Amino acid sequence: MAGLALRTPNQTHRVLTADDMEALAIGAWILGTGGGGDPYHKLLNMRQLYAKGHTVTLIDPMSLADDACIAVVSNMGAPIVGQERLSDPEFSARPVRMMENYLGRKFDAVMALEIGGGNGLQPMLIAALTGLPVVDADTMGRAYPEAQMTSVAVANLKCFPFAMADIRDNEVIIPRAESWTWMERISRKACTEIGSVAATCKAPRTGEEVKKHGVLYTTSKAIRLGETVLEARKNHTDPIEAVLGAAHGKRLFAGKVVDVERRATEGFLRGQAVIEGLEEDVGSTMVLHFQNEFSVAFKDGQPIVMTPDLICALDTVSGEGIGTDVIRFGQRVTVLALPAPPVFLSPDGLKAVGPGAFGFDIEFSSVFEEAQS
Amino acid sequence: MKRVGIDVGGTNTDAVLIDGEIVIATTKTFTTADITSGVKTALAKVIANAGDAAEGVEAVMIGTTHYTNAVVERRNLGRAAAVRVSLPASASLIPFCDWPADLAEEVNGGTYLVHGGHEYDGRALVPMDEQEVAEAARAIRRDGVNAVAISATFSPLTSECETRAAEIVRNEHPDAHVTLSSSLGRIGLLERENVALMNAALIGLASEITHAFSDAVSGSGLDAALFITQNDGTVARAELARDFPVFSFASGPTNSMRGAALLTGRKDAMVCDVGGTTADVGCLINGFPREANNVVEVGGVRTLFRMPDLLSIAIGGGTIVTDSAETIGPESVGYRLGHEAIVFGGTTLTCTDIAVAAGLLDVGDKSLVKTLDKPLVSKALATIHARLAEAVDRMKTDASSVPLLAVGGGAMLIPETMPGISEVVHVEHEAVANAVGAAIAQVSGETDRIYRGISREEAILKAKESAIENAIDAGADKDTIQIIEVEDLPLSYLPGQAIRARVRVVGEAVSAS
Repeated sequence: MAGLALRTPNQTHRVLTADDMEALAIGAWILGTGGGGDPYHKLLNMRQLYAKGHTVTLIDPMSLADDACIAVVSNMGAPIVGQERLSDPEFSARPVRMMENYLGRKFDAVMALEIGGGNGLQPMLIAALTGLPVVDADTMGRAYPEAQMTSVAVANLKCFPFAMADIRDNEVIIPRAESWTWMERISRKACTEIGSVAATCKAPRTGEEVKKHGVLYTTSKAIRLGETVLEARKNHTDPIEAVLGAAHGKRLFAGKVVDVERRATEGFLRGQAVIEGLEEDVGSTMVLHFQNEFSVAFKDGQPIVMTPDLICALDTVSGEGIGTDVIRFGQRVTVLALPAPPVFLSPDGLKAVGPGAFGFDIEFSSVFEEAQS
Repeated sequence: MKRVGIDVGGTNTDAVLIDGEIVIATTKTFTTADITSGVKTALAKVIANAGDAAEGVEAVMIGTTHYTNAVVERRNLGRAAAVRVSLPASASLIPFCDWPADLAEEVNGGTYLVHGGHEYDGRALVPMDEQEVAEAARAIRRDGVNAVAISATFSPLTSECETRAAEIVRNEHPDAHVTLSSSLGRIGLLERENVALMNAALIGLASEITHAFSDAVSGSGLDAALFITQNDGTVARAELARDFPVFSFASGPTNSMRGAALLTGRKDAMVCDVGGTTADVGCLINGFPREANNVVEVGGVRTLFRMPDLLSIAIGGGTIVTDSAETIGPESVGYRLGHEAIVFGGTTLTCTDIAVAAGLLDVGDKSLVKTLDKPLVSKALATIHARLAEAVDRMKTDASSVPLLAVGGGAMLIPETMPGISEVVHVEHEAVANAVGAAIAQVSGETDRIYRGISREEAILKAKESAIENAIDAGADKDTIQIIEVEDLPLSYLPGQAIRARVRVVGEAVSAS
C-alpha cells in the first residue's frame, strides 16, 4: 500500500506540513471519483490555520488502542451549497463536541468518513482546532453518496448515535436507528431542512473497529498522490502518468466532453457525460454514468469499468480532479481507473456498492483482474 | 452594416473599417500613454484610408487589454471595500482571503461581514442586519474608500440582500460606487466576490478609459454607437461596459482568434497571434476560441470567468533580444518600440529588428540593422521559431495535423513549417486580425439561476427568456439572437425538482438610434 512507504517501522505519528495539505487537497479530489465536493475552501482554511501556528498530527491506525474512541466526520449535503456557504472549521468541529457531550467522554482521534473530495480534509480542520490527531484511514477509500456505502456498514457495525450541526443554533442527535439505510433516510431529511449542508459526526468507532474494518492509510495515500501531481507539474511531465504510477491505476480513455446530461432523481445527481476520443482513442466514445460519483463507464457500448473500481475523470492538462457537478462541454479529460479497496470486492461489499447498487444489471468485473489474467 | 473595430494593445493600436465581412481599410499605430490620442489617431487614419466608404459607419467596437494589464502589473487600481452578507456562515474565509498578498494590499479597502443571506431554496439564512450594513458603510466613508463590492450568500438565486444593502450603503455614503456580485454572475460565493472586488478596484480606470474612447469617437465625426468587446468575443454598450470592466479582461486574444477565423475562412485551426509584447496561442473550434478547462486566474485571483484557453509566451515584436541572442525576453519595450528599436533609430535590439535583418519584415530603416551579425540573427530567429513551435505543440490536443493561422503584427516571426501543423496560413490584413475580431463581435446575454417546482423544460425556457432579455439590454438586435449554450444542473440531494439552468445567447449589435 502506498502509505506504508511513508512510515518508518517505529514512526506511528507524523506532523503534517502545510505542503502536505496542498497535496492532500489534490489527491483527495482525485480519489473523490467526481464527488465529495471541491476541497478548495477547506484547503484555504487549512492554509490560514497553519499560518496561525496550528498543526495536525497523522497517526498510524495500527497504533490505536483497541478501546480508543474515534470521531468519524464529514460534511453532508449538496456540493453546490458548499460553494455559497463556505467551509468554517469552528462549524465542522461542533458535532464532534456535541457527540462528546452526548457520550460523556472525550474522543482520542478523528477520522474521515470518506477520503474523497473536500471530506478528505474535514478531519484536518477539526484536528487543527481541537489538537486531536487524525487517523490515517477512512471508511470508503474514495467517496460514495450514501451512508450505507462504507466499510463499517458492510461490516455491519453499529450505525448510531449520530450528531449534526447547523450553522445557526440548531443541533440534531439521532440516538438510534434500525439500520444504516434508516440512518441515511432520517439524517438526509434533517440535513435538507437546515439548508442541505450540515456538519456531522457519525457513529463513533473504537480503535479495534478501525483497525479491523477501516480502509487504512488512505490519508497518506491521498497526500502521496497529490505530491506526484505537483511534482509532475513542476517538472513539466505528464501529471496523469504520475497519478497512474503512484496509485497503480490504469488509463482507460482520453478525450473531450461533448455532452453532459444531468437529472435529479430521488435526491441525487444522476446522469452521464459523453466523451469523444482524442489521440489514440480517436473514433471511440466513452459514456460515463454517475450518481454523485462516477459509477460505470461504457466504451463504444461495452461496460469497461465499474464501481467499486475508482473511476476518475482528470483534467488532461493539469491532472486535477473534475467533479460530476462541474464536468462540462469542451473539457479535455482523461479517464482512469484506480483499484478498489478490497472490502468492497467481497459479496457483501459488492451488494452495497457494486454496479447493482447504482441500478445497473451488470456483473461486476474489475479492470485490474482483467489485467492480471 | 459598416463598423470600425479597434484593438488597443500594450504596443499597438489597430483599427479596421469593415462593411459586412469585407475589410475596407486598416491602420496600425502605436499605443500612446494616454490611450485617447492613440485611439484618435487610429480612428482618423482608418477613416481617411477608407475615404468615401467611411460614410454610414454605425458602430465602433473597441477591445483593450488595459484592465488585465492593470491587475497583472498592479497599477491604476483603486481601493475597494468588501461588504459580505453571509453571517453566521462563511466567517472563517473573509473577502480577499485567496488573493496574492501584494494585490490584496493594494486593493483591500476594508472587509465587513454582516448577518443575512439566503438558502439554496430562497429562504432567508437569517434576516439581514441592516444596522450592521449601515455601520460598515459609515466606516467605509470615514476611510475615504469610494468603491464598494457587495456580496451575499446565494445572491444569483435572489439578489434581495445585495440590493437592499446597496441602498443602505448609497444612503450612508452617497459618493460610493457599488458593484453587486449578483450582477456578475454565477454560483460560487468566493469567486463571485473576487470578481466584484476586482470590478470595484477597476471602476475608476474604466470610467477614465470609457470616457477617453467616447471622446475619441465623438471627435472623429462618426455618428456611431460605441461598444466595448468582452472576454467571450461579444460586445456590450460602452455605458454598460463602463460599470463592468471585468467582463473585458481577455478580449484582446479572443478578438484576434475570431478575426483570424473571418479573414481565413477557417473555423477549426490553431491560432498564433504574435503581437508587440506576447505571442498568444489558442485553438479555434467552429469559429470560436476553445475555452479554458478549469477555474481561470487573473493576476493570481480565482474567478468564474469564461475565458479562451490561451498560452501566452513572451515573444513579440517589441521583445528585447540580448546582444549575443542568448536570451530573448521576457522584457519588451512595449509602446516605446517606435523609438527604442534599432530600425526606428533606437538602441535596443528587439525581435522586430531581427525580423527586418532577416528580410521578413520591412519597417523603419533597414540600413540600421545591416551591421548585425548574421549568425546572431539566425540564432535569434531559430530561438523564436523553437519557442513558438513549442507553444503551439503544447496547446494542441489533436494528434492529426491541423492548420495554423498566423496573425498579429509579428506574424512573420512564425516559422513556415512546424511539427503537427499541416500548413501555416497567412492572409491579407493578418496584422490587424484583432481589430477585425472586435469589429465583428456580437452582443451576448447570460442567465444562471436555480428554478424550483417546475419541469426541466419550463426551467430552461425561463432561463432562455431571461438570457434573451439580458442580451437585448446589452444592445443585441432581437431578431438576430441565437442560443449558443444551454446547461442544466439538477441540484443533488435537494428534494423535489430543483434545477440550475444556465443559458447564453448572442446576437448582432443593434445600430444606434
